[in-house]
Amino acid sequence: MDTATPVTPELHLPGESAPRVQLPGWVKISRSFVLSIVLAMLVFSAILLLMGKNPVDVYVQIFNGTLSSPYGWSEVIVKMTPFILCALAVAIPARVGLVSVGGEGQIYLGAIFSGFVALKFGDALPTALLIPLLVVAGMLGGALWGGLCGVLRAYANLNETISSLLLTYIGSLLMDFLVAGPLKDRSTSALGQSYSPLFPDNATLPTYFDTRISLGIIFALLGVAFYFWLFRYTRWGYKMRVVGGNPEAAIRSGIRVGRYLVVAMMMGGAFAGLSGMVEVIAIQGRLRGGISNGYGYIGFLVAWLAGQRPILLIFMAALLGLIAVGGDSLQIASNLPSSSVNILMALILFFVLRDQGLRAMKAKA
Amino acid sequence: MSLILFIQLILTGAVRSGTSVLYAVLGETVSEKAGIVNLGTEGCMLMGACVGFIVTFQTGSPWAGVIAGGLAGGLLSLAHGYLVINCGANQLASGLTILFFGLGLTALIGRDYVKQNIVGFNTIDIPVLSDLPFFGPVLFRHDIMTYIGFLISPLLWFVMYRTQWGLSLRAVGESRSVSFSTGRSPARIAYSAVFIGGVLSGLGGAQLSVAFTHFWVEGMTQGAGFIAVALVIFGLWHPIRAISGALIYGGAYALQLQLQTMGVGLSPFLLQMLPYVLTLLALLAFGKASRRAMPSELGLAFNRDG
Repeated sequence: MDTATPVTPELHLPGESAPRVQLPGWVKISRSFVLSIVLAMLVFSAILLLMGKNPVDVYVQIFNGTLSSPYGWSEVIVKMTPFILCALAVAIPARVGLVSVGGEGQIYLGAIFSGFVALKFGDALPTALLIPLLVVAGMLGGALWGGLCGVLRAYANLNETISSLLLTYIGSLLMDFLVAGPLKDRSTSALGQSYSPLFPDNATLPTYFDTRISLGIIFALLGVAFYFWLFRYTRWGYKMRVVGGNPEAAIRSGIRVGRYLVVAMMMGGAFAGLSGMVEVIAIQGRLRGGISNGYGYIGFLVAWLAGQRPILLIFMAALLGLIAVGGDSLQIASNLPSSSVNILMALILFFVLRDQGLRAMKAKA
Repeated sequence: MSLILFIQLILTGAVRSGTSVLYAVLGETVSEKAGIVNLGTEGCMLMGACVGFIVTFQTGSPWAGVIAGGLAGGLLSLAHGYLVINCGANQLASGLTILFFGLGLTALIGRDYVKQNIVGFNTIDIPVLSDLPFFGPVLFRHDIMTYIGFLISPLLWFVMYRTQWGLSLRAVGESRSVSFSTGRSPARIAYSAVFIGGVLSGLGGAQLSVAFTHFWVEGMTQGAGFIAVALVIFGLWHPIRAISGALIYGGAYALQLQLQTMGVGLSPFLLQMLPYVLTLLALLAFGKASRRAMPSELGLAFNRDG
């Protein structure tokens, strides 16, 4: 949340120039972002040099794999989809003062619910009817997992950070269990491979421009628009902000706090569930374990770095999406493990968090 | 197979597979006692596993490897300490940052070591005791890191509850402002707690690669660091009770392996859910106790005065 910088009277020592002009908030934030990215790239270069790799080559390859071609751009957009949706799963509960780290588990539940619908009705229904059904199923699955944390928090006083973390594992193990058991593809005898049968052809999302960009990104952007609208223009959003800002006051003014906690967790979970739906329906084409690859945690970081602000959230998702896709191209081109870009990502996060924390400290002092 | 033998096998397995997590649970317990959650425990474990393996491979000494692994975990956790204590950053976001750094760095530096073998630590049968019926195999036929891990637990209890430093540690987790006003330095104590937490997690990772599997592979901790964070709560932030959490985790794993070899059709994944479901239920049942046991300022962002 944006904390306005208090205007403090500054002491001017001799030799110091005239009072500095207070820069507007967004300039400061973008300056901090740019600096963080530059610093992170420098440190990552040093690490690569120590490993005997040429950092220039590595950056050129990341660029070639992402921003230099339309295909690269399209892949970045594909990666942004889960990041944005999972960031919403964190940002909405954050507005009522809840800290959810459960996006990862909600993804699996959304994937399981929508996958079940796809397997069950995929042959019987046309795509146009199926898509709304898949969306509802995915959101329902995620909302169930998120809402459970909300209920535990509101009515059993169980910390939502802890319960969402625990439910993450239960969710991903549930997927492993289903694809190794009840929903296993029995047509192949491949050992050690556990996945569901491929979804029927009808169960798919439309893709655009001959790329993997699907309806999913539209869902993600609509989600951000909904998020903006909810908290800016609706009475519900207003009450949720009151609950988040001052629960005591909310109770006194007759707001039923528990209900808003549960609804916020359900809404957040629904978006993460939607991202699970997009992942299995548009990308994988079947249910399998390990689909999420840390998306829930990356979503947490996106939401937190963006301070839950909608536009910044899309920007951060794009930045981390770019890095993730860059990693895949590194793997192919320079024979570095693709997860080495996690170092670059972590360094950027490190410097951004550092600035963010220091700014907050300054504002408080 | 007789029931006794079955139970004996499960318990042996519980100790064997629970050790690595036990180290991490103990580490996270120390850190959280000072009020700092480290979601990057997984990253510290990976650092320990990777660096521990590499150093063992290069020097031929598993002891050097384990020590280096512990230090690597501790160093990484210092970055978390810096962000959280000096910069007042959000603890969860900072921890996740540490996690991704560990994931990336170990993938990069461990890459050339993936298909290598080391000698590492082997099991040591403790004379006389290992011949005891039932308890011998369960408790006294393990690698040295396992014995050390189970000894660290009471040692930590002593440090936390019977020494001046331990009192300070717990005071900082309860209230930074009060401990500051009693002449302590919350920042310094929190730093040392985070570092010890990182070292223990690193040792846990090193136990995995140097003593348990004798190999290194990218991401080999498979979420054990996150599990440790959950098990700290199960153990109610207590170093002795931490053992129970680690054993339940290890036991569920061992039970699943045993049932599989016996051809029982119960899904291993359902069994692996057990530790999480149990933790959730325990939290629900002992909600009051766990809220009381939880350090009051756990997770709270630092400000200028600590």
